[in-house]
Amino acid sequence: MIYNSRRGRMLAAAAATALALGVTAACSSGDDGGSSAGGSSSAGPVTIKVQTFGGGKNFGYKEAIDKWNASHTDIKIQEDHLTDQFEQVYWPQMIQWLQSGSGAGDVVGIDEGGMGLAKAHPEWWADLGDLGLKNRQADFAPWKWDGGIATDGKLFGLGTDLGGMSLCYRRDLFEKAGLPADRDEVGKLWPTWDDFIKVGQEFQSKVKDTKFVDGTNTLYNVVLVQEAAKNGGVSYFDKSNTLIVDKNPAVKTAYDFSVKISQAGLTAKLRNFTDEWKTGMKKSQFATLGCPSWMLGAVSGDDAAGPEFKGKWDVAAVPGGGGNWGGSWLAVPKQSKHPKEAAQVLDYLTGKEAEVSVFTYSGNMPSNVQAQQDPAVQSATNEYFNNAPVGDIFAKSAATLQPVYLGVKHAQVKNAVESVISALDDGSVPYAQAWQKLVDDAVKAAG
Amino acid sequence: MSLHVDAGTPRRAPVPPPRRNARRGPGRTLLSWLDLKAAPYLLISPYYLLFLLFGIFPLAFTLWYSLYDYDLAGTVTWTGLGNYTALLTDSAFWNAVVNTLGMFAIATVPQILLALLLANALNKRIRGRLFVRLGVLLPLVTSVVAVAVVFTQLYGRDWGLVNWILGSVGVDPIDWKAERLPSWLAISTMIDWRWTGYNAIIFLAAMQTIPKDLYEAAAIDGASRRRQFWQITIPMLRPTMIFVVLNSTIGGLTLFAEPTTFYGGNVHGGSNSQFQTVSMFIVEQGFREFDYGYAAGAAWLLFLMILIGSLINFLLIRRIGGNK
Repeated sequence: MIYNSRRGRMLAAAAATALALGVTAACSSGDDGGSSAGGSSSAGPVTIKVQTFGGGKNFGYKEAIDKWNASHTDIKIQEDHLTDQFEQVYWPQMIQWLQSGSGAGDVVGIDEGGMGLAKAHPEWWADLGDLGLKNRQADFAPWKWDGGIATDGKLFGLGTDLGGMSLCYRRDLFEKAGLPADRDEVGKLWPTWDDFIKVGQEFQSKVKDTKFVDGTNTLYNVVLVQEAAKNGGVSYFDKSNTLIVDKNPAVKTAYDFSVKISQAGLTAKLRNFTDEWKTGMKKSQFATLGCPSWMLGAVSGDDAAGPEFKGKWDVAAVPGGGGNWGGSWLAVPKQSKHPKEAAQVLDYLTGKEAEVSVFTYSGNMPSNVQAQQDPAVQSATNEYFNNAPVGDIFAKSAATLQPVYLGVKHAQVKNAVESVISALDDGSVPYAQAWQKLVDDAVKAAG
Repeated sequence: MSLHVDAGTPRRAPVPPPRRNARRGPGRTLLSWLDLKAAPYLLISPYYLLFLLFGIFPLAFTLWYSLYDYDLAGTVTWTGLGNYTALLTDSAFWNAVVNTLGMFAIATVPQILLALLLANALNKRIRGRLFVRLGVLLPLVTSVVAVAVVFTQLYGRDWGLVNWILGSVGVDPIDWKAERLPSWLAISTMIDWRWTGYNAIIFLAAMQTIPKDLYEAAAIDGASRRRQFWQITIPMLRPTMIFVVLNSTIGGLTLFAEPTTFYGGNVHGGSNSQFQTVSMFIVEQGFREFDYGYAAGAAWLLFLMILIGSLINFLLIRRIGGNK
């Protein structure tokens, strides 16, 4: 081959350029996804990025944020809804951001399942006490307030919503089965979970193509939080973060109930929050569903039951008394470049006015006590659920809530345990081996 | 094949010695040295630098951290080979290994046989040859996730098309996600749907380089079509076969997107990890349970698994038609 020196040089130069480009591209890519870096140097409004998760209307902030942005020129709120899934997607990503020191928003939502870990890492969070939010204590029930205090005593999070508990049911299918359809009478059918199974068997003997409940996962959680409140307020971990999944009677009771209802053939064998589960609502595969306040939005959403079933669902009292499943906090990561403005936004979003709009917009029950007592919340009804007085139902249950302590590794253990609860229902783990597997997998996930 | 490589062009006359040698200063010499000796390395350097950055460095980094008990949201302590000894006795890890190998076998063997037959058919003179050849590549163009989402719906337990068809011939509905073997089958069909055409095209390209005179000679000697396929086509395809099988081995053992999408994006791979692959196990350990060190150890074991798997397949395939 004849060596063409001119072409060779050009190629070398091109290669060197490509190389330089490649290296700069590699170096600069780390900045993507950083929080609101813009706006700090120049004048103009500061943008506060609020990161949330959840299905349906998720945190329900849309109206409150629109209102703020319409009346504020100095601080703009930008909501960044990242995903439906907290444990599987949002929280792992958030932890990487918090740990690496960049990527997290100025205000971030945290589900109760992540609060144990968040508390154990005060270094991740800005001190809301220093930012002037110490005076908000009166707005919250003591357990919700304490939930936002880190292990070193620093206030880092304020509550935004809570779950409460009720039972959603399909009126039309209850009528078809010859059961009462009125919500008060339905509530009286099942004071205990044993009664609930009896009603289920009666329902199942009349209606063949619809199962009584969705699967084991939803009601497992409902029974677990009820029992945990009765057993010292702990579920998978005790308050010193020791795994007690095999010792806590609450877990065993919830597990036994799951086995019982699965063996009774009352489940549609659907795992909650999966696509099949949502399709199951559209196809009327199940007639009842354990319903914390945020579940109402998950049912009425277009991707779940949707407008077709408006008025066919209703809300009744849950067997076994009240309970709380779910609920979130807002916190300001230390890496935020505008902690002061972020704290103002956090203060607003957890304040009475915004929280009332959260409830009327999405149905999430505010954890702010002033908002709970607001007439707009107390008298609220839910059109989709046959005008059920949801404000009354959930505000009442919120007042009597017993807090449950969730450990540092709660999210991981919950994931592992719920897979087994689902597996015993779909038949892939025999009932006889399920308890041992549940304990083993929980130990592994906690380790 | 190598008979005619050097035969064609006559040797070029040697390049005449540079005439203005005397005027060159030391700078010129350096430049020409750079030109002749350094430029080739510079030219290939972008790939190697990027490979160093995104290939070697993560490998070494992973190896280093596999020796630590590295909790993403907690402490980092040295454990030596602790992660590896724990992995080798972890039933969940072995479950993932069995799943991966099982799906690899179910997916790859029929896929390569099918690709061979398909390539052989496409190698014939048929109408609309170009169209048909392009057609088998089409599945490759669709995104993995789109394929997985559609197949997941087809394999739905309650409302899936497959169960509906099975039901019409009297088969009870199958819970494709809860039962182990059905879940492997479902995922294998996703893989095959996407990759069979790709492998067929590679086989086809190789088939077209086989000299026609071999077939003519065989035909004159009275060899049947079938015999020609097994005695000429298959042995001549050996190098291609090695490439395709190694490629499938690497792809099959690192399987991730299809089974993950099949369970709604959850890397647990079924309620009882019926179809959790090793890659999913790594992600679950590293990014769901935040156990980086353990995940890093599992990643290295997967790497070894691929090396061993590739070696075994290489040795097996090398024997094809090698009996003479």
